[in-house]
Amino acid sequence: MRGNAEAHQMVAPGTLAGVLELIAGEPGAWTPIAGGTELMVAHAAGRLPASRLVSLWGIADLCFIASRAEGIVIGAGATFTDIRNHDGVAADLPLLARAATWIGSIANQSRATIGGNLVNGSPAADSSPALLVYDAEVELISVRGKRLIPYRAFHTGYKRNALAPDELLYAIHIPRRFAGHRQYLRKVGTRRAMAVAKVALGATALIENGIIGELRLAAASLAPFPARLYCTEDSLCGKRIDTASIRAARATLLAEVLPIDDIRSTAEYRRRVAANLLEEFLTELQNTERPQ
Amino acid sequence: MSATWPAIRIIVNGAQREVSVPPMKRLLDVLREDLHLTGAKEGCGEGECGSCTVRMDGELVNSCLVPVLQAEGARVETVEGLARDGEMHPLQQAFLACGGAQCGICTPGMLMAAAHLLEHNPHPALAEIREGLSGNLCRCTGFIRIFESVIAAASQTEQTRHAG
Repeated sequence: MRGNAEAHQMVAPGTLAGVLELIAGEPGAWTPIAGGTELMVAHAAGRLPASRLVSLWGIADLCFIASRAEGIVIGAGATFTDIRNHDGVAADLPLLARAATWIGSIANQSRATIGGNLVNGSPAADSSPALLVYDAEVELISVRGKRLIPYRAFHTGYKRNALAPDELLYAIHIPRRFAGHRQYLRKVGTRRAMAVAKVALGATALIENGIIGELRLAAASLAPFPARLYCTEDSLCGKRIDTASIRAARATLLAEVLPIDDIRSTAEYRRRVAANLLEEFLTELQNTERPQ
Repeated sequence: MSATWPAIRIIVNGAQREVSVPPMKRLLDVLREDLHLTGAKEGCGEGECGSCTVRMDGELVNSCLVPVLQAEGARVETVEGLARDGEMHPLQQAFLACGGAQCGICTPGMLMAAAHLLEHNPHPALAEIREGLSGNLCRCTGFIRIFESVIAAASQTEQTRHAG
């Protein structure tokens, strides 16, 4: 069933203040649309429920990437082309820069925004594992003001998030303090471009005297929303990486993840690949930490 | 329904155009139905195949995923704008010479993606061509002749530059 353009109202206030006032006046009535790479797919298929849309595309107050002493702040309207072309992101947030190149194709990256990626809340979202292992915070905005919450608390269920009906995602704050950490990100999909992740795993780890001091692990497509793997992290913190700790971590991960069978893969394949990705990362750590 | 829609202005291939259509109408449909520019094709209709690829304000986009209201005031370039003064673009010549086009459905999108690539990277390596065209699917050529076409166009541009 083809979507009918006439069935949808769409406005473009052109300013952040204009959008915030509009959605504050009728909380929940307006669906924000940025680059349209998700909502327009639903529209084409005739399954876009939103009858009233408010455009965020091109709003200057949302389109920025700012380097600050403590980290990098990315406006929700920054596209993945903006992100992959930004020298500061490439230098300080290599996992995010790499994830930006994985999203769809060049034509999708020029339209898809990081804010849309997070608010859409796909369990397979490409930017999420990197943001989770960098311990990002998200800044939400409404006419009532701004608030900052950890990104790990943003997703609250399948396609549900912490935004109030009158709020927008304003910016993502990503600290620079992971420069000294070992970093890992790998996505497994059907092909390099245009593929939704079957599984993705991200990691940052601080190794001190051969012991894992700090560890963050995050996965896509292994739960109803992108999430940290806290149990697996806890099973490794304070441990030396060896055959026994790797085996134990694999078992913990397999017990922690909640993948499903769907059109792209099976739960069993996802579990096995996720454990293999974890082992790949830990083996890399082990090899570089081993005394020469 | 005979609603009157507000006018939306778009600069298409350098010319100011104005359409009165629903704001959620897809740019692809506006180009094809209202402006009669039928070069951009609808393939998948969900941003995966690239046959509707055009450029908007210098960026490559899938026109099936752009609500036309978001193109208000934008510069849109379609495959119809590639040829100049009746002379084919070097990429169009190369696609002809190298067998880069067969059934033709993907060709307008391939040409736009290739033109975008060469504008930013005049002498791309094969891996860069593969990435630049990775959002454009072809079901006839097996891609190799398309990649050869882009390589040929890039080298022709270089020869022209040296000759000039």
